[in-house]
Amino acid sequence: MKSILSYIITRILLTIPMLLILLTVVFFILRVMPGDPAKSILGAHAPADQIEAVRKTLGLDKPIFINTHGNPFDSQYFHYLENLIKFDLGRSMIWSKRPVAQEIKEHFPATFELTLCSIIITMLIGIFGGTIAAYKQKSVLDYGFRLYGIIIYSIPIFWLGLMLQLLFGVFLGIFPVSGRIEAGIELHKITGLFLLDSILTLNWEAFKSSLKHIALPSITLGLSLSGIFVRLTRANMIHTLKQDFVIAARVRGIPERKVVYKHALKNAFIPILTMMGLEFAILLAGAVLTETTFSWPGMGRYLVERILYRDFNAVQGGVILFALLVSAISLLVDITYSIIDPRIRY
Amino acid sequence: MPKFASERGIELFKKTFKKISRGAKIHGLEWYLTVFGGLIIISVLILIVFADKIAPYDPLDFVGDPFLKPGEQGFILGTDNLGRDILSRIIHGAKIVMSISISATLFSAGVGIPLGLISGYFGGKFDRVLSLIMDSIYSFPGLILAIAMAAMLGPGILNISIAIAVIYVPTYFRMVRSHVLSVKEELYVEAAKTLGASNATIITRYIFPNVIASVAVIFSLNIADAILTEAGLSFLGLGIAPPTPDWGLDLSKGKVFLPRGYWWIVTYPGLMISFVALGFTLLGEGLNEILNPRLREG
Repeated sequence: MKSILSYIITRILLTIPMLLILLTVVFFILRVMPGDPAKSILGAHAPADQIEAVRKTLGLDKPIFINTHGNPFDSQYFHYLENLIKFDLGRSMIWSKRPVAQEIKEHFPATFELTLCSIIITMLIGIFGGTIAAYKQKSVLDYGFRLYGIIIYSIPIFWLGLMLQLLFGVFLGIFPVSGRIEAGIELHKITGLFLLDSILTLNWEAFKSSLKHIALPSITLGLSLSGIFVRLTRANMIHTLKQDFVIAARVRGIPERKVVYKHALKNAFIPILTMMGLEFAILLAGAVLTETTFSWPGMGRYLVERILYRDFNAVQGGVILFALLVSAISLLVDITYSIIDPRIRY
Repeated sequence: MPKFASERGIELFKKTFKKISRGAKIHGLEWYLTVFGGLIIISVLILIVFADKIAPYDPLDFVGDPFLKPGEQGFILGTDNLGRDILSRIIHGAKIVMSISISATLFSAGVGIPLGLISGYFGGKFDRVLSLIMDSIYSFPGLILAIAMAAMLGPGILNISIAIAVIYVPTYFRMVRSHVLSVKEELYVEAAKTLGASNATIITRYIFPNVIASVAVIFSLNIADAILTEAGLSFLGLGIAPPTPDWGLDLSKGKVFLPRGYWWIVTYPGLMISFVALGFTLLGEGLNEILNPRLREG
C-alpha cells in the first residue's frame, strides 16, 4: 500500500514540469505572435494611445519574459506564475473581465457531461464489437467491425455531427441540434451536470429535455472514438483468447459465454484501459469540434472563442485545465490497474 | 564498410517490393484494402493535376441559381448559396487539403526524425529535457495547440501547415528515439564505432535505415490525421481564407443552411474528406502489415 502512495505522489510531482512546459509554450505563442486583447476590444483601427492605455491596464506593457530594466522578475510571465501558485488564474482580458476560474467553473460541467456520455457509448460499441470480432476471427462480422473501425476513424467528427443533425434533427425532427436544454425549462443547478441535476431535483421534464439535447452530441463523439476501441479490444482479446488459462477454463466446462466475457475480457481489459488513458487527449480534441458543431456551451467552444479574441488569461486557464485533466486521467488509469489486476505493483 | 550499410538499404527496398508484389497471396483482404487505399490516393492526385480539365466550371464563378439541388439544370452535385458549382469546388478543393497535409507531415518528419535520432543516440541531459517537452506536447490535445497556432499565424497555406506540423513532431520524435535506443546497443553499431566511424556516419548509415519502415507507416497515417486536422481548422474558420475552394471551409459555410434542408452543400465536401483520409489510413495500415509483420495483430 505504501508503495502505491509514493508512486502516486511521484506522479503528481511529475505533472508539474509537464504543466509548466505546456503553459510556457502557450504563453509565448500567444504573446509573440500578432494580435492582442486590447486590439480585440477596441478594434484594429483604434488610435495607438488608446490601445496602449488598455494594454497597460491589462499588464501587457510589461516585458514578456525577463525584465532587463530593473527587477528581472517584474515581467508578465513571472507575475502569471506568481498568481498561479496562489491558485489565481487571473481575469478575462476581454469585455467581461470576470475571473477565469469562475468562467471555467461555468463551462466545464457541460464538457464533463458530454465526454462522460460519449465514453459510455464508445465503450459499449468498442468492447462489444471488439469481443465479437476477436471471437469470430476472420468471419464476416470480424471484417465488418474492422472495416467499421477504419472508416469511422477517417470521418471528420464535425461532419459526422452535421450528418446526424441532418438526419435526426432536420429530416426526422426527433432530436434538437443545439444547446443543452430547452429554453424556458427551469432547472436548479447543483452539479452543473444537467442530467444529474434533474434526477436530484426530480425534475423529469428537464431530464427528458437534457437527455434529448445531449443525445446527438454524445453519439457523435462516442461513434467517432469507437473505431479505435473496436480495434484495441479485438487485438487484445485475440491475444488473450489464445492463452492457457482460457483453454483451462473451457476444459473445466465453464460455459463459453462466461469464459469469453468474464475470464478473457477481464484480462484483456488492462491494456485497453491504458490506451483509454492515452486516448483521452483525442476525446478532448473531439469535444472541441463536437461542441462547436452542436453549439454546446462547454470548455471546447469557450477555448476556441477566447483564442479568437486573444483572451490570454482565459486561454492559459483552459490549457492548464486540459493538461491537468489529461494527467489526472492517466493517473486514475494507473491506480485502477492495481485494483483490477492485483499482480501489478508499483 | 559503409558500402555494406547502403547495400543493406537497397536490399531492404528490394525485399519490400517483392513482399508487396507477393502481398495478394499472403495477406488476403488487407492486401486489397491497401491497394484500394493506393487507388484513392492516385485518383486524388489525378484530380489535383487535371483539376482545370475535369471540373466543368470555374470554382469561383457564380454559374447558376443558388441552392440548386443535385442534378437540377445540369449541375451534377448542385450549387451552393452563391450559385457556384459544388462539383467544381470539390475537385479544386483537393489541392489545398493535400498540399497543406503533405507539407505539414513533411515538416514534422523533418524536425522530429533528426531530433529523435540525435536525442536517442547521445542521450544525457539534452535527451531528458527534450523527451519531457515532447511528451508534454504529445499528451495534450493537439487540436487545441493547432488552433492557437493557426489563430496567431493567420490564414495561408504555409501558416496552416506549420500550425499542424507542430502537433505531430512528438509522434516522430518518440518513435525514432525508441528505435534508436533499441538499435544503438547492437553489435554492428559497436563494430562501426570500434572501426572509427564518426557519430554522423553511425547515425545516418547504421541507425537510420532501421527506422525507415516505421517512418513510412507513420507518415501515411499522419497524412490522414493531418487531413482531418486541416478540415477541422477550416471548419472553425481558421484555415484558408474564402473564396478559395477548400472542403473544410465549404462545410463550415454550408452548415448555416442545414436547418433549411440544403443537405448537398455539406454532404459532398465531407464525403471527400472522409474518402481521402480513408485512402491514407488504408495505405498506412497496409504498409504496417507488410513492413512490420511481427506487429501484426492476430
